[in-house]
Amino acid sequence: MTAVAAEGVWKYYGDFPALRDINLSVEAGACLALLGRNGAGKTTLLRILAGLSHASRGRVRVFGGQSRSQETRRRVGVLGHGIAVYEEFTAFENLRLFAALYGLPDPRKTALEWLEKTGLERVKDGRVREFSRGMRQRLAVARAFLHEPSVLLLDEPFTALDDKAIAALQELLSRARARGSTVVLSTHQLREALELATHVALINRGKLAFAGPRTGQMLDDTGWLYRTYGEA
Amino acid sequence: MNFLRQAWLIACKDLRAELRTKEAINASLSFALVILLLFSFAFDPNSEQTREISGGLLWIVFAFAGALILNRSFARELANDCLDALVASPVSSAALFLGKCVANVTLLLAVELVCLPVFGVFYNVRWTGRFWPLLLVLALGTWGLTVVGTMFSALTVNLRLRELMLPTLVYPLMIPGLMAAIQLTTALIAGQPLAGGLYGWLKLLAGFDIIFTALALGLVDTVLVG
Amino acid sequence: MRQKVLFGLCVLAAWLVAADIAVILLVLPDEAAQGAIYRIMFFHVPAAWTALLACLIALAASVMYLITRNLRYDALAVAVTEVGLAFGAVNLITGMIWGRVIWGIWWTWDARLTSMLVCWLLYAGYLMLRHAVEEPTQRAGTAAVFSIFAFADIPIVVFSIRWWRTQHPQPVVWGGGAMDSSMYRMLFLNWAPLLLLFAVLAALRMRQEQAQREIDALRRQAHAL
Repeated sequence: MTAVAAEGVWKYYGDFPALRDINLSVEAGACLALLGRNGAGKTTLLRILAGLSHASRGRVRVFGGQSRSQETRRRVGVLGHGIAVYEEFTAFENLRLFAALYGLPDPRKTALEWLEKTGLERVKDGRVREFSRGMRQRLAVARAFLHEPSVLLLDEPFTALDDKAIAALQELLSRARARGSTVVLSTHQLREALELATHVALINRGKLAFAGPRTGQMLDDTGWLYRTYGEA
Repeated sequence: MNFLRQAWLIACKDLRAELRTKEAINASLSFALVILLLFSFAFDPNSEQTREISGGLLWIVFAFAGALILNRSFARELANDCLDALVASPVSSAALFLGKCVANVTLLLAVELVCLPVFGVFYNVRWTGRFWPLLLVLALGTWGLTVVGTMFSALTVNLRLRELMLPTLVYPLMIPGLMAAIQLTTALIAGQPLAGGLYGWLKLLAGFDIIFTALALGLVDTVLVG
Repeated sequence: MRQKVLFGLCVLAAWLVAADIAVILLVLPDEAAQGAIYRIMFFHVPAAWTALLACLIALAASVMYLITRNLRYDALAVAVTEVGLAFGAVNLITGMIWGRVIWGIWWTWDARLTSMLVCWLLYAGYLMLRHAVEEPTQRAGTAAVFSIFAFADIPIVVFSIRWWRTQHPQPVVWGGGAMDSSMYRMLFLNWAPLLLLFAVLAALRMRQEQAQREIDALRRQAHAL
């Protein structure tokens, strides 16, 4: 079954095409690494998949549904550049708020569970303002995962995170994968991404330069993909 | 039902965040009091004239104080990209907007209810004669100001010069609503009953609220999802 | 070709205006009550009509933009709004000159004057808002929403200000009397060249807006390399 599909997606900023005719489909349970240089259009594509932005042409399907429908958004988890939690609230309040916004049956319980899973239960009543960078990031990861999304969209997850948060994220990702969740992540950190990925897509100046399963060759020589498909 | 629940969650979140930091409400309240004080230098505060322009005076204060609260409304979501998380969640844009409006109305009404007695004391005006009709006018006028202001807060949230844009865009648009609120407030403070021509103004104010609430709820999704 | 057509239309408009001015100044008699100054109305009134028409087109273009997301509609919206504002300014300024001669004051808070000024400020806000947004697609969406809000406000502004003014003393405009039919016809005759001028200016501005968008796209392309 196809979990996420982009069908002929174009995105214009004025007359400038930031994305050109992207056709991409991700099978349920797969992990797609979205590669590309800065400004290639990775974030733009992820934002369109996440329903944060409309495609100028073409359409995006998530489990066959529209990306902006409520059912779709309940099934999608997004982790962007910002940590997307409120500084003036405590860790617990943040998670309870988002659990409630996602319409989960018991927001309190879910929040406590996820504080435990990310190792934040000891600081659950501490305000985010007072948290260290790593703690904020773990909280951000918990916020993105707490509704157990079947599709996870992660924008550069490894660049902003510190070691402990990366470990937490990788642990959660592998658990989500085991559950059958689909993951799309954009990154320039080739090694981490390629280890996780089952599939790879390379975007070059808004065009899809390569899409296919991740092969052993890519792991052995991480620069190979860029050298072969990078300059179009 | 789900829609209202989501809006309620957003409203509670905004109010709780504001009560914790008190950023907007403190700024707004002190600004309102400063303007009230400044007006006393603009004209003779003891004259009978004060009563005749009380509505205009109060609503100018409310509009200025409101701009500070409304500016913060969507701007507070910018830190840490919280707005993206809300838009990506199952909360509909209209529910998000409505929740923010409810929070802003509550805050602004609180500021107004502090300003009124201060105004009464400073300018020796007895304003309690028609308290309940006055409260209705305050609520309707504030709702109009808030709906238009919150919409423009969303519209201008990503812009440079956001703080300057909001009042310059909102005040001209608000003129009919403000005019109705001013007429009604002046008359009610002067002790006139809510009847005749005043009733017409009340209908105009309500109509203004309805039209812009409907427009904003219909268009807010195009504003939030680029 | 397109440029030649626009130039031709411009010449036609100039010729028509010149002919109209000749008639207005030489053929039509002075008005009984106002004397010579009433002639300003042949520009004052059609300018107001043109401005209102511009608001209507701007609304239609904004709605069409939100439906189709075609930036041509955005260019049309900004073109007619900007040119409409110029006509609105003509209306306000000629009105003030007339007021100075007839009433002896430059400005009075008459219902029509006030409404026009408020609407003018609203649409000036539209241009200001556009100026503040860098990215063309975001600018188009933001501006379209604002244009719809501004248009929805026009009838409420006009209605409420008329109501407000009826509670205060005000000088009477146009005396409420019937106008001579030759003068009445002249109003419409002079509207034609003004409309033509409006169309030419709007077409030029639209072209300029599209060129500007192209430049912006090229600049983005250059940054992307």
